[in-house]
Amino acid sequence: MENPMTFYHAIEIDDSQCIGCSRCLRICPTEAIRIRNGKAYIQENRCIDCGKCHEICSVKAIYVKQDDFENVFKYEHSVALLPSVFLSQFQQDVRVSRIYAALKDIGFRHVFEVESAAAIYAEAKHRYAKDNLDKEPLISSFCPAIVRLIQIKYPALVDNVMPIRVPLDISAMYALKNLMDQGIPRESIGLFYITPCAAKIAAVKAPVGEEKSIIDGVINMDSLYNRVLKKIKEQGKNYIFPSLRTPRLSADAILSTLTNGERRICLAKRSYAIDGIENVMDFLDRLENDEVEGVEFLELRACDQSCAGALFSCDNRFLCGERMYARARKAAERERNGEMPRDKEMDSCKEYLIGNSIVDPVKPRSMMILDSDRSKALEKMEKIVQLKELLPKIDCGVCGAPTCEAFATDVVCGKTCLEECLFYQRHQESLGKMTIADSLEKMKSIWGEDRIKDQEK
Amino acid sequence: MHLEYTVVEGDFVNAGTASSSVKKALKQLNVSPQVVKRVVVALYEAEVNAIAHAYGGKVLVDIDSDKIKMVVADKGPGIPDIALAMQEGYSTARPEVRDMGFGAGMGLPNMQKNVDKLNVSSEVGVGTTVEMVVNFV
Repeated sequence: MENPMTFYHAIEIDDSQCIGCSRCLRICPTEAIRIRNGKAYIQENRCIDCGKCHEICSVKAIYVKQDDFENVFKYEHSVALLPSVFLSQFQQDVRVSRIYAALKDIGFRHVFEVESAAAIYAEAKHRYAKDNLDKEPLISSFCPAIVRLIQIKYPALVDNVMPIRVPLDISAMYALKNLMDQGIPRESIGLFYITPCAAKIAAVKAPVGEEKSIIDGVINMDSLYNRVLKKIKEQGKNYIFPSLRTPRLSADAILSTLTNGERRICLAKRSYAIDGIENVMDFLDRLENDEVEGVEFLELRACDQSCAGALFSCDNRFLCGERMYARARKAAERERNGEMPRDKEMDSCKEYLIGNSIVDPVKPRSMMILDSDRSKALEKMEKIVQLKELLPKIDCGVCGAPTCEAFATDVVCGKTCLEECLFYQRHQESLGKMTIADSLEKMKSIWGEDRIKDQEK
Repeated sequence: MHLEYTVVEGDFVNAGTASSSVKKALKQLNVSPQVVKRVVVALYEAEVNAIAHAYGGKVLVDIDSDKIKMVVADKGPGIPDIALAMQEGYSTARPEVRDMGFGAGMGLPNMQKNVDKLNVSSEVGVGTTVEMVVNFV
């Protein structure tokens, strides 16, 4: 069970690189970042691993932990669990079979495309939806950043999230079963997920609704892209690569990770597909107020253009998205010509996979609660309102918090003191209660010793 | 904890300002999601009523550790027959208000359903005051 006290995060900040520019402070959708001693730091209970800070960081100080690639060689049967969006990173003239061959050449003995499980995932959701009409609108469990967002910010909606394993987990179960059925022992199988984003890493390392993931390691998609491309360049144009059986995914499966990918095949009468975390939050606010009625299904994705716009996507989100559409159009044409998609392979153990697809209900982990004692919480709230009146309300961020309100909350919760507000300092100086030297000390404690330069020198 | 909001006649765009802000406060106070929902639905209905029927008004909210009291007081035409207004489906909303998806005659009944105490007082030609209390249990 997930322990609220030890919440795994994939995103970390390298203090030696961080210059405290405060870009991340302003962009974080859950106001998880503060500046202290000239460096940014993350308040762990507020972070949902969406990766917005990583995207905007100007000095690449915000990084995403991944497993050592060398681990791949520790297993005789190393498996790459590959998201379809990986293939869309490459120019269209690089054939899928060539990419598969390169993956094998760099060390993966088996490659399973995660979206092969898309149809099973859809079926598991249909069955769950049929039995849980009272929980409408049902929210897809697909995007782990969204599941975490709901846990911390919309605890009233946790029961609406479908507690169903995502295609990644289903394909991992399938790969494992498939290999073990061939007589390969578990210890010689290493399952490696090639992740397009940080939230999926957190989801693997600290899954919501289950004890432990069966996945043995996670490799960031951009670093694998570099390795594969290097291999292909090394081998050159005339390299004769072994002809491998590549999975021919259905058009539905290929499109499933893009925006509308789930919605277009769901059975709901009324549904919405929303991408971009700000858009999602705006919608969830309305949903929570009961302002939107009659919605049966919601596909919510943290990234603009869904996984094509994921953190480790190496190319423009629209270019990647179009390559996925191009692949899907080809698949659709084959399907029209009566050719069966090869992802039907999983159908042989469909019932086993669906039977194992339900996880424990998602639990709230509200970050908003001021105090577990309600009278104390009320006192704090009163104080926050009073403090806000003293603050300039321009959200300048000089105090190291993203907004005046966040700062007031930090002060009341004992995380900082009012003297760190620049405007309050000036006021106190005018009353003779603080000296300019005092104010400078405060500024240095937030922004670092070196930030205030001696102009005379 | 006392909160105050102003409601402007005909400003449907900003309907829900008070209820959203109250929702945030209740979340910070660790009030159960089910109770928060009842409060938000009831207050939103009351806000919409003041916007649709009256010439604006005020929302006064008092929160203490075991309950929330909400008063929505408007200046407006008033309600001649409160018992009739409490019936589901009874509406005096103008057609243009109905066109916007409001005025289905469910406002007051919906408030009744969601709160622990409801008191409506009104004077024709002066205004209406809706008082609601929800206990946190």
